[in-house]
Amino acid sequence: MSPALIILLLFFAGPIIWACYIAFTNKALTGTGAAHPKWVGFANFTHMFNDPLFIHSLLLTVIFVVGSALIGQNTLGFLIALLERGRNGTFVSILNTFILGAWVMPEIVAAFCWYAFLYQGGTLDSFLRHAGLSQDWLYTAPMFAIIIANIWRGTAFSMMVYAAGFSELPPELLEAARVDGANQLSLLYRVIIPLLRRSIVTNLMLITLQTLASFTLIFVLTAGGPGEESQTTPLYIYQQALQLYDISYGTAMCIVLLLIGALFSLVYIKLIKVEEQV
Amino acid sequence: MSGALIVESPAGAAVPAVRARTVHRRLHITSPRATTAKVAAYAVLVIIGFFFIAPLVWLVLAAFEPNASVGQNVPLELSFSNFGKVLTWSQTFLPLINSAILSGGTAALTVVASLLCAYPLSRYHMRFRKPFLYTIVFSTGLPITAILVPVYSMFARFNLVDNVPAVIFFMTATALPFGIWLTKGFMDGVPIELEQAAWVDGASWLSSLRRIVVPLMMPGLVVIVIFTFVVQWGNFFVPFILLQSQDKLPAAVTIYNFFNQYGDVYYGQLAAFSVLYTLPAMGLWIVLGTFLRGKFSFGGAVKG
Repeated sequence: MSPALIILLLFFAGPIIWACYIAFTNKALTGTGAAHPKWVGFANFTHMFNDPLFIHSLLLTVIFVVGSALIGQNTLGFLIALLERGRNGTFVSILNTFILGAWVMPEIVAAFCWYAFLYQGGTLDSFLRHAGLSQDWLYTAPMFAIIIANIWRGTAFSMMVYAAGFSELPPELLEAARVDGANQLSLLYRVIIPLLRRSIVTNLMLITLQTLASFTLIFVLTAGGPGEESQTTPLYIYQQALQLYDISYGTAMCIVLLLIGALFSLVYIKLIKVEEQV
Repeated sequence: MSGALIVESPAGAAVPAVRARTVHRRLHITSPRATTAKVAAYAVLVIIGFFFIAPLVWLVLAAFEPNASVGQNVPLELSFSNFGKVLTWSQTFLPLINSAILSGGTAALTVVASLLCAYPLSRYHMRFRKPFLYTIVFSTGLPITAILVPVYSMFARFNLVDNVPAVIFFMTATALPFGIWLTKGFMDGVPIELEQAAWVDGASWLSSLRRIVVPLMMPGLVVIVIFTFVVQWGNFFVPFILLQSQDKLPAAVTIYNFFNQYGDVYYGQLAAFSVLYTLPAMGLWIVLGTFLRGKFSFGGAVKG
């Protein structure tokens, strides 16, 4: 076991422990904090919660996670998996190729695609120009742009989770409900969704964790702008720590983000019941 | 085709194909409502399909359009001139080789370390096995980008910034939790009786791992290698932060730099480069798909 443990301790646990030290100092990449960082106690954390830009970034992160993952990817993935049941096999596999393609391609390329699509003069614009709606969507509606792009990018994951869930539904139950005269809608709400409850909650946890620290897509599309209008917490951390060189402040924010992630991850390991499989 | 007769299995797609055939053939006269529902389902799926295809159109068209701009209409002429222009050593080949080194190194290291770590977890009863597995699964959920700032400052402190092996080790650390979890899952599927015979014959655990377990779980190991490789192939943030020298940067970073500098001018070249960079990842995913026979399983990690 030792090689894996050494790598995990040095390069996974190490940085987290390092973070817990740095966050309580005034370490910076330039200036006085660079050579001799000093212990500053909770200064970085009190600064954080009095920093309107940080609070703003947290709010945008919540909007981004709820809008693109919990509502967007989750609902669309569920809808696709539901509608694809019993449809023509060739049709379904062609459709899935495109949906999975968006998920499989490197994130940076996905971001270029959406950049070209939403940019003023881009693909969408060349259609809307005739309706007099020409604009740079990345500028006029940055949050909307990154949310749509992330729905496009990540729906495949939810779709696969739900498709797997549907395939494990006991057919007898569905048949029984149908014999009892349940219509499509009550079948969905009274039988399918309750049976898939675990898949739904697990999926919500996983996509939250995947979206929480999302960086590349937003970085390429809007870089947090215009101004701070789409500056989610990872983008704000990047700006503070690696562009303005305030490493200790950036690290303190990293710890907060990590704690939020850890909270969701704890719920997740409770859900998947590790003990059954051990 | 109103009043068409269709054969429908009672539970639709949920019934395995074999059962659907043997089931007593009942002929339904499709009600107009059912037909409408079916047409509506196809219509919605087609609209969803357009949503997924639309942003891809630019990538493909611009790559083959010699004078591509951001606004992409129907190309006036198809040509490979963009590919010709980007296929140079410094612009395409070196970054792709760098990507292959980073992802290949990470994949190789991950699978070997996962095997060695999963073996005792799968075969022996240990006191700390359960808490260890909990920690592993817990770590798979942590947002990796959130530790990149402390990693950067740690790398800066120990002079590891711009050091390719160190970056590979960090990438391996981020890939290991999932790798160990998957490996243990695959290894549990190999019956222990086969090994016990080897032990009786005097084989050490390492040689029974190498000669018996590894060959039997080869498909699973291929899945782990490909999965790790493809994920790291697309990794932008880690090399973007931790590497600096131009000649060490993987394609993900050079392509971003190109976009930043000339993106608005040489869109065709950017698209061509993107296609070249995406193809290996796509190809490997298709291989992975055939290995998993179309069913994506996360080794129990996702099962609700």
